[in-house]
Amino acid sequence: MNKTWNNKAWFLVLPVLLLVAFSAIIPLMTVVNYSVQDTFGNNQFFWAGTDWFSDVLHSDRFWDALVRNLIFSFVILAIEIPLGIFIALNMPKTGIGVPVCLVLMALPLLIPWNVVGTIWQVFGRVDIGLLGHYLRILGIDYNYTQDPVDAWVTVIVMDVWHWTSLVVLLCYAGLVSIPDAYYQAAKIDGASRWSVFRYIQLPKMKRVLLIAVLLRFMDSFMIYTEPFVVTGGGPGNSTTFLSIDLVKMAVGQFDLGPAAAMSIIYFLIILLLSWVFYTVMTSQDAKS
Amino acid sequence: MARITLDHIRHAYGPKPSTDKDYALKEVHHEWDDGGAYALLGPSGCGKTTLLNIISGLLTPSEGKILFDGTDVTHLSTEKRNIAQVFQFPVIYDTMTVYDNLAFPLRNRRMPEGEVDKRVHDILSMIDLSEWAGRKAQGLTADQKQKISLGRGLVRSDVNAILFDEPLTVIDPHMKWVLRSQLKRLHRQSGFTMVYVTHDQTEALTFADKVVVMYEGEIVQIGTPVELFERPRHTFVGYFIGSPGMNFMPAAVSGSALVVGDQQIPLEGQPLTAPNAKLELGIRPEFVRVAREGMPISISQIEDVGRQKIVRASFQGYPLAAVMSEDTEIPADPRVTFEPAGLNLYADSWRVEAGGQQ
Ligand SMILES: Nc1ncnc2c1ncn2[C@@H]1O[C@H](COP(=O)(O)OP(=O)(O)O)[C@@H](O)[C@H]1O
Ligand SMILES: [Mg+2]
Repeated sequence: MNKTWNNKAWFLVLPVLLLVAFSAIIPLMTVVNYSVQDTFGNNQFFWAGTDWFSDVLHSDRFWDALVRNLIFSFVILAIEIPLGIFIALNMPKTGIGVPVCLVLMALPLLIPWNVVGTIWQVFGRVDIGLLGHYLRILGIDYNYTQDPVDAWVTVIVMDVWHWTSLVVLLCYAGLVSIPDAYYQAAKIDGASRWSVFRYIQLPKMKRVLLIAVLLRFMDSFMIYTEPFVVTGGGPGNSTTFLSIDLVKMAVGQFDLGPAAAMSIIYFLIILLLSWVFYTVMTSQDAKS
Repeated sequence: MARITLDHIRHAYGPKPSTDKDYALKEVHHEWDDGGAYALLGPSGCGKTTLLNIISGLLTPSEGKILFDGTDVTHLSTEKRNIAQVFQFPVIYDTMTVYDNLAFPLRNRRMPEGEVDKRVHDILSMIDLSEWAGRKAQGLTADQKQKISLGRGLVRSDVNAILFDEPLTVIDPHMKWVLRSQLKRLHRQSGFTMVYVTHDQTEALTFADKVVVMYEGEIVQIGTPVELFERPRHTFVGYFIGSPGMNFMPAAVSGSALVVGDQQIPLEGQPLTAPNAKLELGIRPEFVRVAREGMPISISQIEDVGRQKIVRASFQGYPLAAVMSEDTEIPADPRVTFEPAGLNLYADSWRVEAGGQQ
């Protein structure tokens, strides 16, 4: 067969190409550029090779932040995914309850990140915050500005409050697509509640769960705004995640070289972990 | 195994039924014998699935009671009723293998693994999927899925009844025939009460000892295939069963004869009918004789269907079909007679019994 080459097609791809170039490739190359050079201002650059990378990889500060990130993402997934599934399973399927629940669920998702942070920052304050104040009255010694554990709990509860809805809505979409006949057959077959979940509901939710896990992982691994607003990375460095550290380094200390190297490492870690999640969760499909 | 009694069952899906129209099931009052093979026959939307779901307990009827061997089970759960049901829309558990799909109802009831294995293998060979036992059920074709769904209904040996809701719709004709014969054999061996829902009359007539014909939420007749053919109790049965269906034409009674247009057709006795009832004469095409003598007709078309031919004609302005063997000659000036044995009179769609009583 003879293919006719039509070079006009390139014009159709061009806008997308330009958009991606300006939004992703060029900024990324700038970062790469900074990461392999040293500068003392005045636009003078010196070749630094992989020095910045080895500096970053040998600094405790980087590893500590990375470990915090991993723990944070793990805890977030371990809470939000099961909780989201649980709520979705218990949401009404018909009647007036459906729109009510959906709107309630969607509310936290509509609030801007920094506002969420501010809400919880105020909510948790021990002097004027509703939560902090009453925890004090209940006799719980709670203070997120001084106790690292309290700071972590606050940040995690805030994220759960903010993002569990996303998991709920995705799972709910999967659940309502299951025809009634499946539940009827399960009754006839004498299936237990657990079997219904394991063999009917979970398989139907698998695809949306994959999306939920990926989104929640990437998002929680890149978390910046909320802990920055609430704790500012403290007390001490206890809630200083990679992104917060990165901004401190690049904007606060103006260490562009190490910050650029760290950005790239950070980017690669997210890419790698997302790929691992995706591969693991889709490998079963491929087998059958 | 159980005798199933449906005691004045009515069902409406809506909340507050007032008129007859609100009921998906108008009134079902009747008994299925223990060990019987029944076919539930009727057009789409007449309430067959609704009735099955009421028997299996997936639905609770709005009114009436249901009894198994005389015990009221109306408010018993599906599981406690111990019924197997095969659904119209084939349900398979995607993530399980074919084998595990079939073993599922048994394992849920804690049957020992050894017995499970034996039952599952029996069913696998019956539905001809032995080689597929270890495969994930997900990628199978529609007819294989339907077979698995059927197999899951057959795998238990301790059920009160097995209900089949149009179980073979996507299976090819030959396999359909094979499976149906196996169901019949299984029925004879096991003695389960079986209810087989279909809208295909051939399927119903070949499977069942007794055919239950439903129409607009009502059971209009229960009978053997012969009874349904010879003495349809309701015009719908006459029309729905047989190919072509029964001929109907408006009629009037005059003494002991029926009057259609300007023709008189003598009856054996004088039928008693309500004064304002809408009367119809019904006669199967098989009982219509076209020859040189009798009442005048005009033939519009002759269809050759293998060893028989179907004559389409007009009698007193009403369409009339006749079935005759292929070698019957049709005269140039055709006339028609009705065999007395095939004459039926209907008042408001219901058959008027010979001898008088309605
Ligand atoms: N879940 C339901 N909700 C409301 N109406 C229904 C429902 N299921 C069936 N119906 C109605 O009840 C009638 C009988 O349906 P069904 O029992 O499914 O008929 P069949 O199985 O004979 O095709 C139909 O008019 C149908 O629209
Ligand atoms: Mg149906």
